Amino acid sequence: MVCAIAFGTVKIMPGDMWNSLVHYFRGEGSANIYEGVFIEIRLPRVLLCALTGAVLSVSGVLMQGLFRNPIVEPGLVGTSSGAAFGAAIVFVIAEKFPPEVKSMMGPFLMPVMAFLGGLTATFLVYSLARNSGRASVMSILLVGIAVNAVCLSGIGFMSYIARDPQARSITFFSLGYLSGASWLQVKILLAVAAIMFTITLSYSKQLNALLLGEEEAAYLGVDTNKLKRRILILNTAMVAVATAFVGVISFVGLIVPHVLRLLIGSDNKKLLPAAILMGGALLTLADLAARLVLAPAELPIGVVTSLVGAPVFIFLLKQFNILQQKGGGNA
Amino acid sequence: MLSTRDIQFQIGKKTILKGISIDFLPGEFAMILGPNGSGKSSFLKIFSGQTDVYNGSVQYDNTPLKNISKEKLAKFRAVMSQQPELNFPLSVGEVVMMGRYPHFDFTPTKNDHHICNEVMNQMNLHGFKDRNYITLSGGEKQRVQYARVLAQIWESPANGCRYLFLDEPLNNLDINYQQQFLQLAKIFKSHNTVLIAVMHDINLALQHADKLIFLKDGELVVAGPPAEVVNEQLIEHVFGVKSTIIENPLTRQPLLIFE
Repeated sequence: MVCAIAFGTVKIMPGDMWNSLVHYFRGEGSANIYEGVFIEIRLPRVLLCALTGAVLSVSGVLMQGLFRNPIVEPGLVGTSSGAAFGAAIVFVIAEKFPPEVKSMMGPFLMPVMAFLGGLTATFLVYSLARNSGRASVMSILLVGIAVNAVCLSGIGFMSYIARDPQARSITFFSLGYLSGASWLQVKILLAVAAIMFTITLSYSKQLNALLLGEEEAAYLGVDTNKLKRRILILNTAMVAVATAFVGVISFVGLIVPHVLRLLIGSDNKKLLPAAILMGGALLTLADLAARLVLAPAELPIGVVTSLVGAPVFIFLLKQFNILQQKGGGNA
Repeated sequence: MLSTRDIQFQIGKKTILKGISIDFLPGEFAMILGPNGSGKSSFLKIFSGQTDVYNGSVQYDNTPLKNISKEKLAKFRAVMSQQPELNFPLSVGEVVMMGRYPHFDFTPTKNDHHICNEVMNQMNLHGFKDRNYITLSGGEKQRVQYARVLAQIWESPANGCRYLFLDEPLNNLDINYQQQFLQLAKIFKSHNTVLIAVMHDINLALQHADKLIFLKDGELVVAGPPAEVVNEQLIEHVFGVKSTIIENPLTRQPLLIFE
């Protein structure tokens, strides 16, 4: 029942969004440019936004499962800040390239660098946190904080040496940046998401088993080391690509899985598809809010997600603590 | 049959197991006893396939363990470890169904559902199916974990034995559930199952084991039927505790009492 309601809400929400969007622009835009705006700007933006939300939420489910900790978010292992650092480098350095090179690599350079940045940061966190073959949750969280701090100071340095327009790009990027959405980005992210979601869903049984702990999962026939590596690769690929296109959007990957766990439980077979739908819907909603609050100007979407996400996170943290104490008392 | 030959195991420079060779036969309840740090749990981790880094050989029905894939092994070998931790909201039914994971690809079959229901009935868990696992008491959680482990090997494989390994299985259970669980384990035993438990309570072991294995400092001290191997000298040698054996007035079986 609860499951059906969640699915229902999530499926209905994009439809409502869609209509309100259309009406919003009917009211504001003049009739002849309306179609152009809708097709070239609005539609890719909404699609990119929904895909990003879905990708971040699925990553959140994966990371929480991997660390067996419901308060982990994808960015905690450095992927998104690493990607932002990579992008910041591109913003500053690419300025120095001759125009021919720039136009040749233009659309690909930043995503590729962001992807590599995210990959490097995640790998760094995981390998530094390993101690005699095992990476404990606590050490990954601590090393993650350190690597995130390094990336942030790198971004700060890049903004400092950058000229004004680039510095502004970096700021936008660190807070989520959807106004640059293009059909090419939508197509790439859609392809990445489709592949990654399919692989992820095919692992849902193994991911469930991993919730019991690595030893138990191994006794159920799961090759845990292989699974852990693959989860990290999947997560990094998804978060890095999404971040490369839209910048750093926090809290979605934490809140969506957590709320869904409360609503429909932790069975990944239900949780993963629900996370795709709810993540997409929620981020689309946040983007709508970001555009409407200061219309015709717009807030960076990261401001909206953090502003709403942080209090919700604290609320959930408190709830989790209560559960922990209960579990500790019984064990 | 499970055979271990000359199992040696080290962590860093410390030698945990110093060459252990034992055969475990289907139809006998074998219990491993020994003081803390004697290598009981390491031994279980090795012959259950959790650890690959050891010397010596483990054979399941004459097939070396190293030649059996994890996926295949999980179809006929189940292990209950000490305290599985599960911090996520899952229903009891979902947790028990995990035991059937080695047997289906994506969707459980009718048979898988049937087995889960049957195991839950056996473990007095009917009515628990939709309860949230994390809200259960310690003992209830343990019964759910048992149901999961038993569901994994509920059916005998077409050929060869089933293997059920238990690491201190009775820790959180009340006496009535301890007895009930041991009875259930004995039913498994009589259906071509190699049954091995690491135990803490010597008297429960005396009462229920067909074969006792005493380990001390990573070495096998003695293995055999309780009546033949257990005496006051052995207990003092292995545990360093003085004891005396009396007859349990209720069961007429030997009962150890300690100073």
